[in-house]
Amino acid sequence: MAEKIPVTVLTGYLGAGKTTLLNRILSEPHGKKFAVIVNEFGEIGIDNDLVVGADEEIFEMNNGCICCTVRGDLIRIIEGLMKRKGKFDAIIVETTGLADPAPVAQTFFVDADVAAAVRLDAVVTVADAKWLSQCLKDAPEAKNQIAFADVILLNKTDLVGSEELHEVKARIGAINPYAKLHETINCGVPLDAVLGRGAFNLDRILEIEPEFLEAEEYEHDHHDHDGHKHGLKHFHDEEVQSIALTIDGDVDSQKFLPWLNQYVQTEGPSILRAKGIVAFKNEPKRFAFQGVHMILEGDLQRDWKPGEPRRSRIVFIGRKLKEGDIRRGFLACAA
Amino acid sequence: MAENSLAANVKPIAAGAHVTAAAFLGDVPLFALGDGTALLLDAGNEKRIVLHPDAAILVAARADKRLITGGDDGRILAMNAGGSVEEIFHTDGAWIDALAGRDDGSIAWSSGREVGARDPQGAIKHFSAPSSVRGLAYTPKGYRLAVAHYNGATLWFPNAAAPPEVFAWKGAHLDVTVSPDGRFLVTSMQENALHGWRIADQQDMRMSGYPAKTRSFSWSGDGHWLATSGAEACIVWSFKDKDGPMKKAPRECGARRARVSRVAFHPKALVIAVGYEDGWILLCRLTDGAEILVRKPQSEAHDPVSTLVWADDGRRLLFGTVEGNAGVLAMP
Repeated sequence: MAEKIPVTVLTGYLGAGKTTLLNRILSEPHGKKFAVIVNEFGEIGIDNDLVVGADEEIFEMNNGCICCTVRGDLIRIIEGLMKRKGKFDAIIVETTGLADPAPVAQTFFVDADVAAAVRLDAVVTVADAKWLSQCLKDAPEAKNQIAFADVILLNKTDLVGSEELHEVKARIGAINPYAKLHETINCGVPLDAVLGRGAFNLDRILEIEPEFLEAEEYEHDHHDHDGHKHGLKHFHDEEVQSIALTIDGDVDSQKFLPWLNQYVQTEGPSILRAKGIVAFKNEPKRFAFQGVHMILEGDLQRDWKPGEPRRSRIVFIGRKLKEGDIRRGFLACAA
Repeated sequence: MAENSLAANVKPIAAGAHVTAAAFLGDVPLFALGDGTALLLDAGNEKRIVLHPDAAILVAARADKRLITGGDDGRILAMNAGGSVEEIFHTDGAWIDALAGRDDGSIAWSSGREVGARDPQGAIKHFSAPSSVRGLAYTPKGYRLAVAHYNGATLWFPNAAAPPEVFAWKGAHLDVTVSPDGRFLVTSMQENALHGWRIADQQDMRMSGYPAKTRSFSWSGDGHWLATSGAEACIVWSFKDKDGPMKKAPRECGARRARVSRVAFHPKALVIAVGYEDGWILLCRLTDGAEILVRKPQSEAHDPVSTLVWADDGRRLLFGTVEGNAGVLAMP
């Protein structure tokens, strides 16, 4: 079958600059045609592209999984778009400012027809440098959007001082240090910063591993004029955190896989994203997995390279995660 | 596998775009395509008519002697075999998601949650469903429309003051059909299952076990059987008794190592045209499982059969695929 069409999901709280980013993507001279799924027609400059109105209909799946929700309208729209296959190169889904990204992301894994036709490339979140700190206090949606992101555009950095910028970056880092962060004015980023990321692609995880499992190096921030690392305040978000755990060596697949499956089955509602690269005992290949709530997908990837340390590393991003349970469960899988 | 073959009786047609639907208008075969055009076979000659410029035909159905098309340009058109076109309705650009047509010329459509119905005299009535509508079907008798939506289906009388009758069942319902005797309402669901109701008393019937969604179903000419897609065989449920398929195992025919994407019962015989995701088409006889090959693509590409339609007299079969391959089978 032909290559699956990539889908980029744009999220961001009201007024952060999603439409600015969308217009920027559409107006760049890239020669690509996009199908754009939006909730409100209006300020989008479209000459060449296909714009489809969505209505954010959330469907609960009757599969015994309480957090398993999908966007019914997206399933319908993508089925329709496939009838004009070949007329567009990629799909962009713009969500409303108050939307939870989970049902959108899950749609691309839960619906078999959608999964066969398109692939989720990345969740890109636009955040307002001036207002994000406030939003994170008041709006759980804003927090979810940061937690879910693969790429974050911290926008309108010209409206804040360096102190304020530091604080908002630290707040983002406390929730999701694994997203690729770009500081922008008017969402000015090269297109390859937001498109073609392959953030959900287990094969691509290998290419983008430093971003996939390593926290952004906030210390290297060029605004940090004093040249020391103590410029960054450490925040702890009470609600949404990320937990990264490493075993310096192999895990027992007979213990790890049942534990992981069981854990996401029971704690799925609180897990927003999960990912990891794991060394199984007596297995020359690396095992990579990623997940959204209760949905997990994982596979054996390339061989561990000679000299590459066989390490097992997992990351969970979620709400009120039980760090002690995760740590005990994971460490008990060591081989 | 099928030893008998009718492949030599097939006239292939390069449609060139996703075949959304096919129909016979009288003697004239035609195909509604994803590039917005209709392809007619007029005395064997291919004729293309642009119906929805720069748009896709998302849904199409026959109503009396016209083909009704609904596009992602928000327009609903009716075209006759001579190629003349009438606009039936247009939205402000919202997609036309579902269509139904009837032999008396009635036409129904939906866009989002808004449903419209146009009777043979041209009177249009509107109804707002509780959520977006995925499937529409007219009941065989009476001017009544079945509407599939989230958490159930609704029977609506467009020309009567009677309130719509709601058939509730949790989950997302996709396509809908009513048995030819008007006793049963059946929907396909997001969760790889069918749901049925006995219309008289809303008795629920759950038909599950499919590995994929059922997106095609077809009633036998006598109305006793419902053939369905969604498995690696055509699954056929018995609706002869008053309890429908309950407590009865369904029949299977045309089992292959490929998923069935489209089914169409012959209008007169207990023979089903079965289309697969790899582009194969078989004719399967329900009574003894005998199979006849209609189409076997030369390459092993993934090219699901997207439409299968018999002529009313059962002498010809139209087919089309998602990659734009189509054809006509003439029965010997």
